[in-house]
Amino acid sequence: MSSNDFNSTPITPELVKEHGLNEEEYKLVLEIMGREPNINELGIFSVMWSEHCSYKSSKKWLKTLPTKADWVIQGPGENAGVIDIGDGQAAVFKMESHNHPSFIEPYQGAATGVGGIMRDVFTMGARPVANLNALRFGEPDHPKTRHLLSGVVEGIGGYGNCMGVPTIGGETNFHASYNGNILVNAMTVGLADTDNIFYSAAAGIGNPVVYVGSKTGRDGIHGATMASAEFDDDSEEKRPTVQVGDPFTEKLLLEACLELMATDMIVAIQDMGAAGLTSSSFEMASKGGVGVELWLDKVPMREEGMTPYELMLSESQERMLMVLKPGCEDAAKTIFDKWELDFAVIGTLTDTKRMVLKWHGEVAGDLPIDPLAEASPEYDRPWEPTPKQDRIDPNSISAKVSHIDALKTLIASPDLASRRWIWEQYDHLVRGNTIVRPGGDAGVVRVEGTNKGLAATTDCTPRYVMADPVEGGKQAVAEAYRNLVATGAKPLAITDNMNFGNPERPRIMGQFVGACQGIGEACIALDFPVVSGNVSLYNETNGVGIMPTPAIGGVGLISDLGHHATIGIKRDDSALIMIGAATGELGQSLYLKTIEGREEGAPPPVDLGAEKRAGTLVRELIELGLVRTCHDIADGGLLVTVAEMCLAGNIGADLHLPEAGSEVAWLFGEDQGRYVIATRDPDKVLNAAGSANVAAVIIGQAGGDSVVIDGGDKVSLSELRELNEGWMPSFMAEAV
Amino acid sequence: MKSAVILFPGINRENDAIAALKQATGTEPTLVWHGDTELPKTDIIMVPGGFSYGDYLRCGAMAAKSPIMRAVAERAKQGVTTIGVCNGFQILTEAGLLPGALMRNASLKFICKNTHLKVENAETRFTNLYGAGEIVEYPVAHHDGNYFADSDTLDRLEGEGRVVLRYCDVDGKVDPATNLNGSQRNIAGIINEAGNVLGMMPHPENAIDPLHGGTDGRNLFKSMVEAAS
Repeated sequence: MSSNDFNSTPITPELVKEHGLNEEEYKLVLEIMGREPNINELGIFSVMWSEHCSYKSSKKWLKTLPTKADWVIQGPGENAGVIDIGDGQAAVFKMESHNHPSFIEPYQGAATGVGGIMRDVFTMGARPVANLNALRFGEPDHPKTRHLLSGVVEGIGGYGNCMGVPTIGGETNFHASYNGNILVNAMTVGLADTDNIFYSAAAGIGNPVVYVGSKTGRDGIHGATMASAEFDDDSEEKRPTVQVGDPFTEKLLLEACLELMATDMIVAIQDMGAAGLTSSSFEMASKGGVGVELWLDKVPMREEGMTPYELMLSESQERMLMVLKPGCEDAAKTIFDKWELDFAVIGTLTDTKRMVLKWHGEVAGDLPIDPLAEASPEYDRPWEPTPKQDRIDPNSISAKVSHIDALKTLIASPDLASRRWIWEQYDHLVRGNTIVRPGGDAGVVRVEGTNKGLAATTDCTPRYVMADPVEGGKQAVAEAYRNLVATGAKPLAITDNMNFGNPERPRIMGQFVGACQGIGEACIALDFPVVSGNVSLYNETNGVGIMPTPAIGGVGLISDLGHHATIGIKRDDSALIMIGAATGELGQSLYLKTIEGREEGAPPPVDLGAEKRAGTLVRELIELGLVRTCHDIADGGLLVTVAEMCLAGNIGADLHLPEAGSEVAWLFGEDQGRYVIATRDPDKVLNAAGSANVAAVIIGQAGGDSVVIDGGDKVSLSELRELNEGWMPSFMAEAV
Repeated sequence: MKSAVILFPGINRENDAIAALKQATGTEPTLVWHGDTELPKTDIIMVPGGFSYGDYLRCGAMAAKSPIMRAVAERAKQGVTTIGVCNGFQILTEAGLLPGALMRNASLKFICKNTHLKVENAETRFTNLYGAGEIVEYPVAHHDGNYFADSDTLDRLEGEGRVVLRYCDVDGKVDPATNLNGSQRNIAGIINEAGNVLGMMPHPENAIDPLHGGTDGRNLFKSMVEAAS
């Protein structure tokens, strides 16, 4: 299409369909426009109403999530959530998916996912201080898994390392349901001053609209639309729609933006992410209740012959759109010149509440803003609840192998093997504030210049959500809460990254609805609101969907880093104490999956009241300095938890068995709301637990160089370490 | 005691360098922009780590041609204590202030982890607070730390006591198994002929606080300060 063709391209039903709009939606387009749209306008409707940008299937349910607390400064709806962490500072954070691009082109897909989420955070005036991720790959044996894992990890590292933001945590799962749709969710936490946070609502008629950052190229056109459709065998042909990242430019953009933000020149700012210039300009205008005139020929272009259509839909990375105060253009440009970045005034704010696109003086598009941005379609999709599964009776499982052999198998399994191979490829130390490194429950970074710490974690147990979306949704939030508590942090808020299959299938929609319900209940009970999030639907290939994966990113605050906890057993620890009650839940456990070969049963239920009591107790014990060693009990159960604590501290333990009841359930049940702590002062801990009405029991003693069960059966830490550390490097070294 | 930290576009460990220098000197270092042509009066020059110019050409190659590097070379020639860490080491080799080159890690992967190092020469102005042969622990975080020089150069470096740090294990064993990135002769840090310029891949600035998990890096900065005062 040559650049002046935009009024002559016929809008055929095929073209409308190619743009992902159904008949109903196109009828609404005609109604809103009062005429047939031209190709530029059609393209804009297409991306703005894509599932990715409009949340049309999920909005109804997302609205039910609790988003408020005294410390919430900004909940969902901005580029990232903002919470108050005291002393005039705020934590700004969000998690976002880049699933579809990462499957097609793992390095660039993952890299630009990381780049995008960092922009979301620094566009609000925050310096990114920590990155995390939540990754899901297909089964290890699948021919694509190694290639995808290696590309994704390199991409995450390639971008985050160059940006100088430490990657301090994450999680990685393998399951056949992700064979055709991997999940790459990236989270960034930033620090800002509470009196210098930037928002996206445009204001001031006549104010200049300014474009900064990289030039616009043809990459990523229709990325948002791609992310809103199922995959099929031809999806690899969509490789050209994957954006290409340039972390060096983003590093310059970060520094330039923060330098500009230290002045008083910005009215509003928004990064150009999915749907690029279209989505950023519409969102800014819509939030501010103003109109915009854009001079598209002024946009810095990477290639010759680009059309208005391409400029509006490109997802080229490392770009920002700003509204400046009048007369500030030259001073602002000086900063971007210093950082050798493009700076162009590409439009102005108007009072028309319309988006008028100009191309060398000619009108290339003229659309009302609110109906596109705010009044986008919202669906109440039909949904079916997931049928409940029966609880697994713990006495029905008799041990086929010794407990130590089961431990050895589990700890070397793809589900539990060490992820060191991954996180050693991420710079997790840059900035010099990393206090708790990856491999523990949550990563911790010091709030620079203070003695406070920010703890952050990502969590979800998809097999629980699959079996029971409501309990699984609760569990994801509860586990994030627990992982923060285990470092001594007070959990403050979460970001949710909802990865699901095709919402047009009632069963899948039912998973989404259930997970939202569970997440909501847990957020309320734990005082742990949602402040930002992202939805990724249509994670299906050839009709096969992923396990529902609502990944939760949690952030908490450690008020005094002098009192924090890590998972490794320390020299002066003597007793091991389990906090929280054991009921013997083997449904959906890794023991059942790995040792018995059964993926079934009801997942462990989450008692949110007990969760809160146990969490409060554990945090107080850490704050008091009574506990410096703590690990939550999660995948694999008690024995795996203790083994991980032993490996991290290089000190063994002897574990008692219960006098009655199933040993398998005791050692391998995945009952929720539990922690193992190690202490030299067990009496004080038990007393405190008694007063707090929290179950606590001594489960063993620290010491030696083996993991021992009841003074008998044992495995040395060196053997255990080899098993735990060995799987991933040898898996990745095998020829594909 | 004055120190200066050189900033190139894409440098990202300046924060860490500033903290270490501030701790050792008691004063804020001066930040010097790559486009400047003059250095302030300073006792210590530090070229920090990161990805100058994105490392899109050879690591450090473009930064080495920055206007400020002429001034850095001049001061180094005058004997001012100059340290380059990680990307800073790469820049100093590209600028010809140190011999050799840093190639891609033998594993071809970025490596971020703690490593043990043997202080081979404790008589330098960077290491004189360490004992001879002392084993210290600093983190590394790099993709291109694989030190290479021809064997004549290596022999000369060894002969002149200019190999300052070598990768080793906790017991000080230096062998291929403890060579984390494929460096010739496990070399992690070297000095110039005059002994006032140090280049090293590991990050002593990330081991200066008990909360880092170790403080072995402190003595390196303290040594520089004592030598310069």
